[in-house]
Amino acid sequence: MRFLAYFRSVAAKLLYRPQVEDDMEQELRSHIHHRADDLEHSGMNRIEAERRARIEFGGHARFKEEAREALGGNFIETLLQDARFSIRVLCKSPGFAIVAILTLAMAIGANAVVFGVLNGLILRPLNVPQAESLWGTEYGADPGFQSYPNYRDLRDRNHSFEDLAAFNFAFVGLDTGNHPFRAMGFATTGNYFDVLRIRPYLGRFFHSSDEHGPNSAPYLVLSYAYWHRRFQDDRSVIGRTVLLNKHPFTIIGVAPPEFRGTLLFASSDFFMPIVDQEQVNGLPLNVRGTTQEIFEAFGHLRPGVTPAQATADLDAVGADLEKTYPKEFGQKRSVVGRVGLTSFDHAVRAFVLALTLLAGLILLAACANLGGLFAARAADRSRELALRLALGSSRHRILRSLLTEAVLISLAGGAVGLWASVELLYRLSGWQPFPGAPIRIPVTPDAKVYAVALMVAVVSGLLFGMVPLRQVLRTDPYQIIKSGSASKIGRRISLRELLLGGQIAICAVLVTSSMVAVRGLFRSLNADLGIQPRNTMLVTTNLATAGYSGDQVITMQKRMITVLKTIPGVEQVGLVNNYPPLIYASASRANVFKTKTSDLRPSNVAARPYRFEVSPRYFQAAGTSLLAGRGFTWHDDKNAPRVAIVNREFAHRMFGSVTLAIGSYYKLQDGTRVQVVGLVEDGKYLSLTEDPQPAMFLPSPQWPSGDSSVIVRSSHDTQKLILAIRGKLRELDRGLPVDTETWNSMLKVVLFPSRVATISLGVLGLMGAMLSITGIFGMAAYSVSKRLRELGIRMALGAQRKEVLQAALGRAFKLLAFGSAAGLVLGILASRVLASIVYEATPRDPVVLAGVVLAMTSLGLLATWVPAQRALSLDPTTLLREE
Amino acid sequence: MAGEAQILPGTLDLLILKAVSLGPLHGYGVLLRIGQISGQTLLIEQGALYPALFRLVRQGLLRATWGTSENNRRAKFYELTASGRKRLREETDGWNRLAAAMGSVLAAQPEKS
Repeated sequence: MRFLAYFRSVAAKLLYRPQVEDDMEQELRSHIHHRADDLEHSGMNRIEAERRARIEFGGHARFKEEAREALGGNFIETLLQDARFSIRVLCKSPGFAIVAILTLAMAIGANAVVFGVLNGLILRPLNVPQAESLWGTEYGADPGFQSYPNYRDLRDRNHSFEDLAAFNFAFVGLDTGNHPFRAMGFATTGNYFDVLRIRPYLGRFFHSSDEHGPNSAPYLVLSYAYWHRRFQDDRSVIGRTVLLNKHPFTIIGVAPPEFRGTLLFASSDFFMPIVDQEQVNGLPLNVRGTTQEIFEAFGHLRPGVTPAQATADLDAVGADLEKTYPKEFGQKRSVVGRVGLTSFDHAVRAFVLALTLLAGLILLAACANLGGLFAARAADRSRELALRLALGSSRHRILRSLLTEAVLISLAGGAVGLWASVELLYRLSGWQPFPGAPIRIPVTPDAKVYAVALMVAVVSGLLFGMVPLRQVLRTDPYQIIKSGSASKIGRRISLRELLLGGQIAICAVLVTSSMVAVRGLFRSLNADLGIQPRNTMLVTTNLATAGYSGDQVITMQKRMITVLKTIPGVEQVGLVNNYPPLIYASASRANVFKTKTSDLRPSNVAARPYRFEVSPRYFQAAGTSLLAGRGFTWHDDKNAPRVAIVNREFAHRMFGSVTLAIGSYYKLQDGTRVQVVGLVEDGKYLSLTEDPQPAMFLPSPQWPSGDSSVIVRSSHDTQKLILAIRGKLRELDRGLPVDTETWNSMLKVVLFPSRVATISLGVLGLMGAMLSITGIFGMAAYSVSKRLRELGIRMALGAQRKEVLQAALGRAFKLLAFGSAAGLVLGILASRVLASIVYEATPRDPVVLAGVVLAMTSLGLLATWVPAQRALSLDPTTLLREE
Repeated sequence: MAGEAQILPGTLDLLILKAVSLGPLHGYGVLLRIGQISGQTLLIEQGALYPALFRLVRQGLLRATWGTSENNRRAKFYELTASGRKRLREETDGWNRLAAAMGSVLAAQPEKS
C-alpha cells in the first residue's frame, strides 16, 4: 500500500512533470491567497495583504524544492536535471571540456589497454575447462626442454598431478598433394587432449591408446584456424592423408575453435603424436640425454596440492632419476608455472606489473591534473556558486551538480578511451609481429575490460570531482559577492599546487623510465654481440628431410658453400648446424670436463658452454674475430683429431687463463678428448640480456647434421641476392626446400621483448609529458589570469619584464623543479624493475639524467610560453581602466 | 513573543495528522487548525508545511483532492487514509508515553535526607 503510494508519487512526478509542477505552484499560490484573504479581513488593503502573505510564507523556491524532494524519486530526477545542467555548462566552455575529456580518454585508454594485456596474459587462463588447476612444469637447466624418457618417469612417479601431458614444437613442411607449405604445430603426448579435457570440433582426437612405440601413430589433428584457412572448412578432410616432411599422416580430427594450443604466444596449426616426432623431425624418442624432445609438461594438480608442493615432489623424482642415470643428467631443477607461460612467467609478470603500475600513475596524474582544473574552475565560478547558495540552493545540491559534471566528463573520456583501446587491443591480437613465426599476442578484449574501464572512469570522475569539495563547503556567499573575484593571494600552499607538484613528479617518473628503456634498447642494438649481423643472409636447409644421409650431407653442404661463394658480390660464406647464435633461442648447452676427469658424472662437470658446430670460414662470415690460434679447415674431418675453438669466457673458466687455452685439451660428455686450436671473442648466444657465457665451436665436418644455416655475407641488394642464392641452390637440387632471410630480420625476434617494453614505456612517457604540459599550462595560465590586475599595477609602477615573469610564473617553475627532482629520484628507483626486461637499462647513466632534466625543463618552457607571453604583453593602462 | 512554543523536530507530522483527522483541510486550513487547537501557542513556518504534507502523501498517510474552499477559492484538500489513521493512533500513544515519562522525570523532587 505504502509502496504503491510511493510508486504513484514518483511515477506521477517523472511521467507528468509539468502537471505536478503546475499543481504544486497552484497549491502554494492558493495558500498565499487564503492568507491574504484573512489579512484583508483584518483591515489591510489587498495589495499590502498579498505582499505580507508572501513574506510570511518564506522562501518560496526553497520550500518548493523541499516539497519536490518530499515527493520522492528525487535521485533520478536530480540526476537528470544535474546532467542537463552540466552539459549546458560544459557546452559553454568547450575548450575546457575537450581538454578534460581527451586527458581522461588518454589515461583511461592506457589503463584499459594495460588491463587488456594483464587480462590476456595473466588473468585469463587457457580456454579449457578447469584451467585454474592446470599447471605447467619444466624440468631442467635449459629453459623448457627435457627428454621423453624423463617426462615418462616424471609422469609415472609424481604424486602431485592427476596426469601429465607434454608437447614440443614441430616445424614441418605440410604437403596436401600439390606443394609443401611450412607449418608450425605441436607434437604432443597421446593424453594431451584428455588432460586438457577438451572435445574435438570434428572427427576424433588421438589418445594414449593410439601410441605403440616410436612412429606408431601417424595421426594428425588440425587446429580450427588452420582447417579454416588451408582446407576452407572442408568437412570431408577427415580421413585424408597428407605428408609431413614427406611422411604420410591421416587427418583424424579438428580441434575446437577456441583452442589454439598450450603456448600463450603462439597459435598452433596442427597437433601430431609425439611418438611420431622421430620420423618427422629426426628427434630420437628414447634417448634420455637430450633436451630437445619436450618443451613443456603440464597437468591438473590433484585437489589440495599446492604448486610449491608439486615443485618439491618433482624435484624429489628428479633427484631420484639423477642417481639412477648419472651420465645423462645435468644440473636440473623444477619450475611450476602457468601453462603456456612457464618459461616466461616471471618476466611477463614483472613486465605487466610494471606496466600496470605506470598506467596507474598516468591515471593518478590525469586525475590530479583534472582535479586542479576543476578546483580552478570552481574558484572562477565562485560568484555563480555564491549566487546559487544565496538563492536557496543547498551546498549538498551544488556539490552534487559539480560531481555530476566530473563524472559526465570522465564517462565521456572513458568512452573515447575505451573505444581507442579496444581498437588497439583487437589490432594487437590480430598482429603477427614476425611473418615467419606464428607468434601472436592473445589480448582480445572481453567483458572484464569494459567493466574495468567503466569503473576506472567513474572512480576517477569522483576522485577529481571531490577536489573542489572543501572550497565549495567553505564558500561564504556574502563575502564573495561583496568582494568580487579577487581571491586571497599568497596563501602558503594550496591543494591545487600540491596536486600539480605531485603530478609533475609522477610525470617525471614516467619520463625517466621511458628514457631509461629507450636508452637501454639503443644500447642493446649497438651492443657487442660477438657477431656482425649486418649484410648477412641466413640460408636455412634441412638435408635430412630432403633425403640426404651419411657422407652425402657434408658433401652437399660443401658444394652449397662453394656455389654460393661464386655469386658476384658475396664476400664470405660459412655454415653452422641448426641456427646461428641468438636465432629462435636455439643455442643449447653441453657438459664439458677437465681432461683428467674419468668419471663423467654431473657433479664433475667443469663448465656448461653453449655448443655450436661450424664450418671453415664461419667466423669470417659471421663477423666474429679470431683472437688467437687458427680457424677450422675442411681437413678437420672425421679422420682428423678432434679439435675445438672456444671463446674467451670458456678459456678463462676452463683453463684459468686465456693464454693457456690454445693447445690444451678437454673432454666432452661422450668422453671425446678435444684440443683447443683457436680462441674467439665473447658474444651473445641465447639472449641479449645474458652475462658473458662460455661457448665452444666444433668443426661441422666432424659433427655433421643435415639441419643447417649457411651464412652469406654480401653488401649487395638483398632481393637480388636472394634470387641468386635460390637459383644456385636449385641448380644443385631442385627439390630442396630453402629459406632465406637476413640475419638482422631474424634477430628482431630476440629484440622483440625489449622493443615491446620500450615502445609501451615510450608511449606512457609521452603521455606523462603531455599531461605535465597541460597541467603546468593550466596552472600558469590560471595564475596569470588571476593576477592580471596585480601584474598591471606592478608594470605601471615600473617593474621590469624579468620581475613580472617572476611574479607571474615563479611559483609554477618552483613546482616544476621540485616535482621533477622528486620524480627523477623515484624514477631511478623504479627503473630497477626495468633492468630485468630491457637489456642494459641502467638509470645511473648521465645521458638519461641529463635527458630527463632537459625534457622536464623544455616541457616547462613549452607549457609556460603562452601564459608568459600574455603576462608580458599586458598593457597596464587598458587593464587598470577596465576594472 | 511569550506564549509561543517551538515545535520539536519530528512532531510536525503528528500535528498535521491530528489536524486533518478532525476533517478534510487544505494547507492553509491545516495551519489555522493547528493554531486554533493549540490556543495559538504552536506556530509553524508557513512554507515548511508543504514539504511535510507532500511527504505524508507519498507515505500513503494522507490523500489529496482538489476542491473549493470556504473563500470560494480552488484549494487542495487533505484527508487521512486508513493507514494514516493507524499511524496517528500509534504516534499519539507514543507521544503520550514520552510526555508522561518526561513529566514524571521533571517533576521529581530532590529527596530529603
